[in-house]
Amino acid sequence: MNGARLTIGQGVAWSFLGIALFLGLWTSLSVSGLVPRQFLPTPMETAARFLSLFTSPFAGATLPVHLASSFRRYAYGVLLAAAIGVPLGLLMGWFRLLDDIVSPIFDGLRFIAPIAWVPFAALWFGTGIGGPVMIIFAGAFPPCLINAYRGARFVEPRFIEAARMLGTSDLRMIREILLPSAVPSIIAGLRVAAGLGWQSLVGAELIVAAAGVGFMMVQAQASVQTTTVMSGMIAIGLVGMLIDVLLRQGEAWLRRRRGLEA
Amino acid sequence: MAVLVALWFLLTTLTGTIGGGRFPSPGEFWASLLQISGKGYAGATLLSHAWHSTTLVVMGFLVAIGTGVPLGLWMGWSRRAEALMNPIFLFIRPIPPLAWIPLAILWLGLGDAAKIMVIWFAAFVPSVINAFTGVRTIDRPVLEAAAMLGTPRWRLVQEVILPAALPMIFTGLRLSLQAAWTTLVAAELVGALVGVGFVLNVAQQDIYPGMILVGMVTVGVLGWATTWLLGHAERRALAWNVAAGA
Repeated sequence: MNGARLTIGQGVAWSFLGIALFLGLWTSLSVSGLVPRQFLPTPMETAARFLSLFTSPFAGATLPVHLASSFRRYAYGVLLAAAIGVPLGLLMGWFRLLDDIVSPIFDGLRFIAPIAWVPFAALWFGTGIGGPVMIIFAGAFPPCLINAYRGARFVEPRFIEAARMLGTSDLRMIREILLPSAVPSIIAGLRVAAGLGWQSLVGAELIVAAAGVGFMMVQAQASVQTTTVMSGMIAIGLVGMLIDVLLRQGEAWLRRRRGLEA
Repeated sequence: MAVLVALWFLLTTLTGTIGGGRFPSPGEFWASLLQISGKGYAGATLLSHAWHSTTLVVMGFLVAIGTGVPLGLWMGWSRRAEALMNPIFLFIRPIPPLAWIPLAILWLGLGDAAKIMVIWFAAFVPSVINAFTGVRTIDRPVLEAAAMLGTPRWRLVQEVILPAALPMIFTGLRLSLQAAWTTLVAAELVGALVGVGFVLNVAQQDIYPGMILVGMVTVGVLGWATTWLLGHAERRALAWNVAAGA
């Protein structure tokens, strides 16, 4: 059977072959001149450019400075989305009336891609920090809201009934039943929100920004510096990966602490 | 919904709490809608902008399915293929599809080819991953039974592997459809000559809130309509699968 497992050695060997083929194909395409060198630089040239961007500035700043300004916007947008989306979602899950009011609005807005908010974001908040933050917010808000809502909505009804019967106050009920049982769903939502927020950041910076990695890439594109564009992509990919890994670790840590074995 | 429209009317037209330069009133929205539907705006009517964008999403999507699903099935089937391709995926996957836009413009210019390329990137990775997962979660006995009965390989793919992986593949497609629209709108905002994102771009430069809202509503309606169509296709394709059809 073809689906037979490989030994670790075989797996590593095939993986190396894969990378070698990928890099080999890329290099030969650009060295042979099949694709003009200007548009497809070799992997080595790209890596060299990536490293040089750490010291020599492009579009007004070095890569770490661009990254820092991107990250600041990103943090504001995602934190704002979590700070509004999670409480609103919990309340919607708890109070049926609020659910009936907000849900139709939310369902209507859901299909509008976050990026489509760009013109209004630029009009309302400008291209400094406000505009991009709003777009990141638009990307990160829905998962925060939906997951908090689900978490609150699907609390085991027996817990609520038991608490009611024992005469628990509303405040204690929210603190001791609603929140703890909604936490796993909220955390999962935050992780999705963090990923979508990062995507939206890239989009926002490509269109409305005066600094940041996305801005750097657009400037590089305008001056046909393919290596710089690719370096930007690598930086975005690496940071995105880092955010995901950190949040996964955080999620696992929370689960362990709460004694919920994943 | 009616309450929402009433509130919108109240805030903009009646009380003027929200100034006309920031958000359009229902009347302005309607006027913009009439303008773009009749005379056209940004070089074409709404219908041809919308049609152009939808065609690009569908084409990019079909190319992504055509390349991603077979690759995913192959990686799911053969451990060698998985080991061969996986490192490259680990490398490419964290890069958001939107980040390909500048490179796509560098390579292919502002025309349709660059848009199809970025949509392809948005939909390709989920297609591969879900097709891969779909194959990996097939019950072993099913494959063994088919092998025991001496099923030829192409029939195995056609009658066992593909149908069994299909529910997962559709899950991936639903995820990537939204990503495809987001990417297209972003790409058209960055640079295009026609399309819904281009309408948004021109309206932004003209500071024309009514038209911005028309563009946004169009994006929402198109996203909703294509999602509905995909759901329809899924129900037809998975008619045999009671659990997925429900």
